[in-house]
Amino acid sequence: MDIKATIIDSSGLSRTITRLAHEIIEKNNGTENIVLLGMRTRGEFLARRIQNKIFEIDSTKPQLGVLDVTLYRDDFRTRLKQPEVSVTDITFDINNKDIVLIDDVLYTGRTTRSAMNAIMDLGRPSTIQLCVLIDRGHRELPIKADYVGKNIPTSINEEIRLQMKEVDGEDAVYLVDITNKKEK
Amino acid sequence: MKLLLKKIRLLNPEQQLDELSDLLIEDGIIVKIGNIPESSAERILEFEGKIAVPGLYDMHVHLREPGREDEETIATGSNAAAAGGFTGIACMPNTNPTIDSAEVVTSIIEKSKKHLVDVHPIGAVTIGRKGEKLSPFAELIEAGVVAFSDDGTAVKTAEIVRHALEYLSMYNNVPLIEHCEDESLAGGSMNESLNSTLLGLPPIPSVAEDLIIMRDIQIAEYTNGNVHIAHISTKNGVQLVRDAKTKGLKITAEATPHHFTLTDDSLKTYDTNFKMNPPLRTKEDTDAIIEGLKDGTIDCIASDHAPHSIEEKEMEFIYAPNGIIGLETQLGLTISELVNKGFLTLEQMVEKLSINPRKILNIPIPKFEIGETANITIIDTDEIWTVDIKNFKSKSKNSPFNKRLLTGKSVAVINNGQLFFEDEFVRI
Amino acid sequence: MSLSSKHLIGLHNVSAEDIQLILDTARTFREVLERPIKKVPTLQGKTIVNLFYENSTRTRLSFELAEKRLSADTINFSKAGSSSSKGESFKDTIKNIEAMKIDLVIVRHESAGVPLYLTKVTNASIINAGDGRHEHPTQALLDMYSIREKTDKIKGLKVCIVGDIAHSRVALSNIFGLTALGAKVSVCGPATMIPKGIEAFGVKVYNDINKAINENDVLNVLRIQLERKAGNTFPSLREYHYYFGITAERIEKNNPNILILHPGPINRGVELSSEVADGPYQIILDQVTNGVAVRMAVLYLLGTRQ
Repeated sequence: MDIKATIIDSSGLSRTITRLAHEIIEKNNGTENIVLLGMRTRGEFLARRIQNKIFEIDSTKPQLGVLDVTLYRDDFRTRLKQPEVSVTDITFDINNKDIVLIDDVLYTGRTTRSAMNAIMDLGRPSTIQLCVLIDRGHRELPIKADYVGKNIPTSINEEIRLQMKEVDGEDAVYLVDITNKKEK
Repeated sequence: MKLLLKKIRLLNPEQQLDELSDLLIEDGIIVKIGNIPESSAERILEFEGKIAVPGLYDMHVHLREPGREDEETIATGSNAAAAGGFTGIACMPNTNPTIDSAEVVTSIIEKSKKHLVDVHPIGAVTIGRKGEKLSPFAELIEAGVVAFSDDGTAVKTAEIVRHALEYLSMYNNVPLIEHCEDESLAGGSMNESLNSTLLGLPPIPSVAEDLIIMRDIQIAEYTNGNVHIAHISTKNGVQLVRDAKTKGLKITAEATPHHFTLTDDSLKTYDTNFKMNPPLRTKEDTDAIIEGLKDGTIDCIASDHAPHSIEEKEMEFIYAPNGIIGLETQLGLTISELVNKGFLTLEQMVEKLSINPRKILNIPIPKFEIGETANITIIDTDEIWTVDIKNFKSKSKNSPFNKRLLTGKSVAVINNGQLFFEDEFVRI
Repeated sequence: MSLSSKHLIGLHNVSAEDIQLILDTARTFREVLERPIKKVPTLQGKTIVNLFYENSTRTRLSFELAEKRLSADTINFSKAGSSSSKGESFKDTIKNIEAMKIDLVIVRHESAGVPLYLTKVTNASIINAGDGRHEHPTQALLDMYSIREKTDKIKGLKVCIVGDIAHSRVALSNIFGLTALGAKVSVCGPATMIPKGIEAFGVKVYNDINKAINENDVLNVLRIQLERKAGNTFPSLREYHYYFGITAERIEKNNPNILILHPGPINRGVELSSEVADGPYQIILDQVTNGVAVRMAVLYLLGTRQ
């Protein structure tokens, strides 16, 4: 990785997650009707941490599901590599619930669009709210996050990388240079 | 015209002849052999390094006239024969109408009269090849047939084979040519082997062929008859013929070039140009065919030239008809696969491709002698060439050998007062 | 991860990695089949032709459902009533269909080699839904998926295919696929129905159904089709059932833990007794459900391939 800057360090990540958890509880007047949906891959671990943090704060544990949106992508014809599908794991009913969709980075907004389509095929939620760790700008669709960890303006030669202990061995958010890498 | 062939190697095992010489031909007759001055000739052909053999003869050819002139005619088939180095062919009776009446025989002979290549019709054993009633043998022989066969299928019953052989005993040595395949085991699309399971195609077991070879040998013994096994393809079949010959029975056999060159491994692409009957078999079988040619069990090589139109062959594999053309690749394959690999000597090759087929059919063998009709094939045994079906004279192009590299080619053929050389027929 | 080839003609010489990819991908689609809206937009805009020259209701339905659930546009072509019955050659039929700009062709034909031929004459991806006695790869894949789902493994598992092996494309594809994933494959049936020399494929041959049940973990039981051109390979269905039929009694006696599969449709009272067909040993209906998921996986992997 060609790291340009550290946006959030280990303790910073912990504090941001705490704040996001508080915001979610506040906006929804409690956790009674909310469900957390983490987007694969790192969104899932973020969601788990937020779920645990909510439990710490509120002594309640909202239900957690994992969403795979590969089948709803809009870029099959332009991608260089065929994307690998994974399984969506949502064992509860989402009808009439307030869904908090959790992902690591919000960029063009297309992944969120795919996620919303996927969710609609599973049922009819009451609301869908978007929670992201980083909003890096450059929206291509009219999408806005309800909960944002940090706003980081970036250029198209840069990328935001979330590293999590569960998969990467450390907790951090880096700004990375991808000038020499092919567009994903 | 006086035609001089210069410095050519005359090879005819029937005359025990193998010598370098000049040959002078006048109006189609050999007039001088030896050292001949160029002044004696009007046209001179330099054939140094080439071999002159008695004209090659293919005793198993399917001309599709009458009936399927879109696939091949007597004319185009004869042209293909000449291009392949053959001065004579015997044509099978599975035409429409069948060669089971004197009229059909006469019309074929009439149509082929003017050609360089001699065409000898083979009559059907039974009317319409239906396997029920014997054809009028005497009438057909008188009209000019040289053998009888129900080729395409075996003669239907032992009874008919027996009666045919008994009848033919009155006509010394007119052979019964048998396509050996038991009807109840027939119908598959390829040889039964691990390959047929792998490819999922309905199989034809080799025993289907062996059974009829056995049947006809037994009947030939019982009646003292004369049977020729067409396109022999199995290891057991070759052994059966070998044993029959040891016993002194009048059994002869022919093998096709594809049966000593290809195996059923070739079918993996499901290319119908590899589909014929009897089918391509295993290496054990091709080895046995080669051994049989070497030791004389198999008397001659014949192509089973079977033209088929493009739309017929471009069908789903199990629906496509059996058969491939072979006149124009036969000599090259024989030289490449048998002579050059040390399995046959050149003399043996001449026996297999020229002398023995005529012996079996009681056709006079051409000789290099003064006063004899010039009936000659001139061969370049070293010429390396690539098979290109676009250049074939045959009307049909169903050959598995397209783009194959071969060694050995016919340079010219002479017969019936004509020369075919450099793609031209001229009177000489 | 992509499949190595843009076609699925058979499982012969297909790598274990490719097979695993299909089976793993099928899990995703198996979940989709549990949703209220069993549809994903993934193959939207793709055109798929179901070219069924040989009759089949279930396989075609299974493919059609799979295609529709991926939001593809499907066209059905069957031999009867088509221009083929008016004498149009196979080659012309294919050319005509291709001229309508299609992306995938699912083909079933009674002559082996037809799917391979299609790969040479059209640009579309070809999926073999059964060609003669050659292969039926999606059937074998769904069989393997079902086995894995139930037993959690394939490697080292002892699987026996029972029935008319010589005439069965399901048998051949199963042999190739299971062997690639490390199962120990065998076949069982009357000697007239076992191809000569099949041991060369690495399979053991049983002629005794009791022994086959006893020594294996899974039986994949094929349908016996005596009405076919199978000829004189077996005297009667009654005799077949007597000597080779899978009954509850035979299972209890030889191996009560055996797992039974059947590609369907079942000849009750012939290869399987009714009791077994409806009983606890079999996963036949699971196979049907899994079949749609496996076919969705294959369509997805070939339809979105770059």
